This record gives sequence, structure tokens and C-alpha cells, in this order.
Amino acid sequence: MPAIDTQLLIDLLSHEEALTLLLDELPAAVALLDADGSVILVNRAYASLTGLERESAMELKCLHALRCDFCVSGCPLMVRDKPMEMCSTNANIISRSREKIFVRLTVSPLKDKEDRVRAVVETLTPLSHHILDETSGSAFGLGELVGRSPQVRKIFSMTPSIAQTDSPVLITGETGTGKDMLAEEIHKESDRNDGPFIKVNCGALPEHLLESEFFGHVKNALPGADHDKPGRLRMAHGGSLFITEIGDLPYSLQTKLLSYMDDHMVHPVGSHKGMRTDVRIMAATQHDLETMVRQKRFRQDLLYRLNVIRLNLPPLRQRGDDIRLLQDHFLKMFRARFGRPVERFSTNAERLLGSYAYPGNVRELRNIIEYAVNFCDGKVIRMRHLPGYMLDGHGLPEGLTAPQPEPPTPVGEDGTRAIPPERWEDVQRKMILDALVKTGGKKQQAAKLLGWGRSTLWRKMKHFGIE
Amino acid sequence: MEKILIPLLDNELAPRFDLAADVLVVSLIRETSAMGRVEEMVTVLEDPSAEAMCRLAVKAGVQTVICAGIEKEFFDFLEWKGIRVLDDICGPVDVILEAYLGGRLATGQSYY
Repeated sequence: MPAIDTQLLIDLLSHEEALTLLLDELPAAVALLDADGSVILVNRAYASLTGLERESAMELKCLHALRCDFCVSGCPLMVRDKPMEMCSTNANIISRSREKIFVRLTVSPLKDKEDRVRAVVETLTPLSHHILDETSGSAFGLGELVGRSPQVRKIFSMTPSIAQTDSPVLITGETGTGKDMLAEEIHKESDRNDGPFIKVNCGALPEHLLESEFFGHVKNALPGADHDKPGRLRMAHGGSLFITEIGDLPYSLQTKLLSYMDDHMVHPVGSHKGMRTDVRIMAATQHDLETMVRQKRFRQDLLYRLNVIRLNLPPLRQRGDDIRLLQDHFLKMFRARFGRPVERFSTNAERLLGSYAYPGNVRELRNIIEYAVNFCDGKVIRMRHLPGYMLDGHGLPEGLTAPQPEPPTPVGEDGTRAIPPERWEDVQRKMILDALVKTGGKKQQAAKLLGWGRSTLWRKMKHFGIE
Repeated sequence: MEKILIPLLDNELAPRFDLAADVLVVSLIRETSAMGRVEEMVTVLEDPSAEAMCRLAVKAGVQTVICAGIEKEFFDFLEWKGIRVLDDICGPVDVILEAYLGGRLATGQSYY
């Protein structure tokens, strides 16, 4: 074994510049603190994760730099009544972009020979998902993809080898087929799983904000840009960036993304300085990008660049027995989550579930089962517990008995239905209002009654405009 | 009269809006641009949460919230309710309040 070059090590660790370079190569966010908890040095990943510029972090107390919930719930830096030992915990921080980020936090004291704390090393690794507060997002289960059909099994069998490459991935498929889940699974199985999995939805953000969302900006580069913003590409350093609805990416930004994919340099808006990042790009779309290329709405070279590995998720109606498998999976999931004693589906309910076309794919099936479990008053989910709109669709199996005779639907002057079929969104709104009425407007109790987290209820109330 | 809400951690601005148990509500009556009266009231929240803090801000008729880390959801909610939010600030409360009264308070600043 070769002798350790102690002098080199001392040089590396005792010069700020060399130490910074060394720490920058680590995928985890690292901060060095003095014995009082003031920041001495942070690495690039720490700056990306917190959104804090390195210079601004210097000499700040750790709790102001990190803004972590652990600061007020037992961090040894704050509680000084016993000797400081290493501790590791799940926690959350609030970044400068006002995002709550769930992390694995480790706080380790560096002690001298007399057992005195000389400094503290703080390490953070982002956790990809906050499962407990997620009740109706796009996840198809608790971080797992479910399916046995040949098309899906083929994709599952390819995932580990795809994960081991660093090539761009393009995932296509109809809305609700699980493109986001698949991308996250690929990230989790890859060597990048210690790094962040950052998502950006091109369809959800206004065009003028997308550039700074991707590439960040420097202070005063844009109206209202009162501080530097790292951008998603820098936040994803050491991990993966997943771009959903890439078909909605404006043409000018397609050029900038292509340039990033070629040299991995991020140029924030308003800055002349480029920053190198190490990010795997994955993208998804429900649109036909080849047609968009022909229509000159999508750059052909970007399509080629993304198209290195292409996966197409089939719609649920083509997945045969997976419908049964998924409905049982979601039944178990929501039964446990809402604490309901629901055991199974009635024969008629199963027939309807098996014959329905699912235009919203797995996401729609998931929402239907969530609705049914919420409304089921016994152990068996019957037709009356399924959303009414399912019976309005085509392809209803013959001989299927309608659950209850419904009152005649008022008809408008032009012969159209005056009352639209019940939508899951309307049902959710009703559920929230009912729960608020039952609890006298107390949101915490209403959230408990609904089996949701408080912030989920808050988010949904905001979404539905309920004050 | 202007009302300002500041989440507290001892005599400093709390690092998190959602985790502060103590809240300072300052009532400011400006008689001239430089002179005025300031009344302070500290409320202790039974169960610190961003929702409780927002409720308090709305109920107390606050016009400005000065805080450090706040989630976007609650930032947007307060702004939607017409409450101005100056966030990403840290420092001792007296220094921050003085900077605010002097029109020198800026987001993204440390006042230590």
C-alpha cells in the first residue's frame, strides 16, 4: 500500500481554496461550522440546495443559513446542556426560493485530543419525496410502479440498465400513465440516487419565468429579482433534472437547453459567468415531438439529443389485467391511509372498473379508488360508491344494473344537460366543505377527518378557492 | 396605523415562519415621517404553524409581515390577502424594526 502523502493532505485541508474545491466535488451539501455554530465554509451543493450565495452564508449562524426544523427540535448545536455527539435525522429546510425541502441531515462535531469541539460538519442529502403529505399527486403508490402486463414488465426490466447509464431519457405516454414515477425510479436506481431529483414542469410556468427557473438569475437581472436564484439545473447538481411537458418549452429555451446538454455549463440570466454542473437530463411529454418538429415547434437537434433512450408508457386501457392489479393496490393504499374497513369490490363495481376507458389513465383510476374508499360506508365498494360520471361514458357492460334510479336531469333550452356529470374535483370540493361544516370551520380537525395533512387541505382549499 | 407581524426566536427574528411560537405584533402610528408611536404586543401561539401565523396576521389586521424562511404557499396566501411580506431577513428584532422604520429594510439581508 503506498504511503499517504500527509503533507498533500494537510495542504488540501488547510487552504480555503483547495478545501472548497475538494468539498465542491461531493454530491452532498456540506457546511463547516465553528464551535458556536457560525458558518465557516459551504460547498456548491449546499449553496444550490439552500439557494444561499456562499458569500452571504459566511459567519451566519447555522440556523439562519439552513432554516431547518431540526434547529428547534433538538439540534445539538442549539441544545448545549450535554456533550455534543454526532446525530443524524430526517428534517426539512426552507430554501431561498421558498420551497420546503426534505433532507437527511447529519451533524458531526470535530473534536480535538482534549475532547473539545473545534468545529462542526453538517451534511445534507435531499430526500426525493415527502410521502406522508401526498394524497393525490401524480404518484402511483408509495414510490413504486405497479404492473404485470408484458409492455410494462418490459419497461421495468430495462430500468436498471438504463439507470446505470448517464444518457438522456425521453419518456412518452398519455397523461396519467406514470411518466414522472418512471423517471424517479430511474433516478433512484442510478448511482445518482444520493443526489437530488429535481422536477420542472414547462407547462405549469409562465414562459417569461422558465429561463430563470431553469438557469437561475443574478440579483436585479429581472424585475423583482431581489436576490440571486440558483435555478433548477444548479439545484440538480450531482443528481437528475426531470423536465415534464418538454413540448411546452419555448423555442428560444430549447436552444439554451441544447447548449447546456452539450457543455454542461449553466449561464444564469444576467450573469456573464458560466458554472459547470453535473446533471442527468430526463424529459417527458404526452405530445408527438416528431410532429412538432415537422411543424417547426420543436427543435429537431434537441429531439435527437433527448432521444438517446426512449420509453413509451402504454395507456391503462391497453394494460389488460393491470387494471385489476392497480385497483387492488390503490384499495390497500387508501384503506390504510384513511383507516377505513373497506375489503373488496362488488361484482358489478369490478365489471364497471374493468370496462371503463380511463382517459386519465392510472391517475384517474387512483382518484376513482380514493373517491370510492372515502364514500364507502361498509366493507364492500358498490356501484353507488363509484363516481357518477363513470356510468355516463360509453362502453358500459351490458346488463349492468344502475345503482339507484336518479332524479330526472334538468334539460336546458337547447336540449343539453343543464347539470354536468359529477367530476372528481367537484366531489373533492364538496368533501372539503362538508368536513369544514362538521368541524365548525376548524381546518386541522377537517384535515384529520378527511385523512389529509394540514398543508394538503390548505393547498386544496386554495385550489378550489375556498376561504 | 400600520401593523407589522414578526415571528420571534427570543429577541431575534425566527428563522422559520412556521415554527415560531412567539409573535411580535407592532402597531405603528406615524405622526411625521421620522416621529411616531410604536406599541408592541407579543403573542404566544399554542401550536406553532404557518396556518396559525397566517390566521393571526389576517385577524390582527396586519399590513406587513417581516420574516426569514416562509414557504411559497403561505407567502402567496398572505400576498393574496393584501399583506406585504418581507422575507429572507435575519437579525435582532430591534435592529430590524429600526431599519424598517427608517425605510432601510431589504429582503435577503442579515442585520447581525
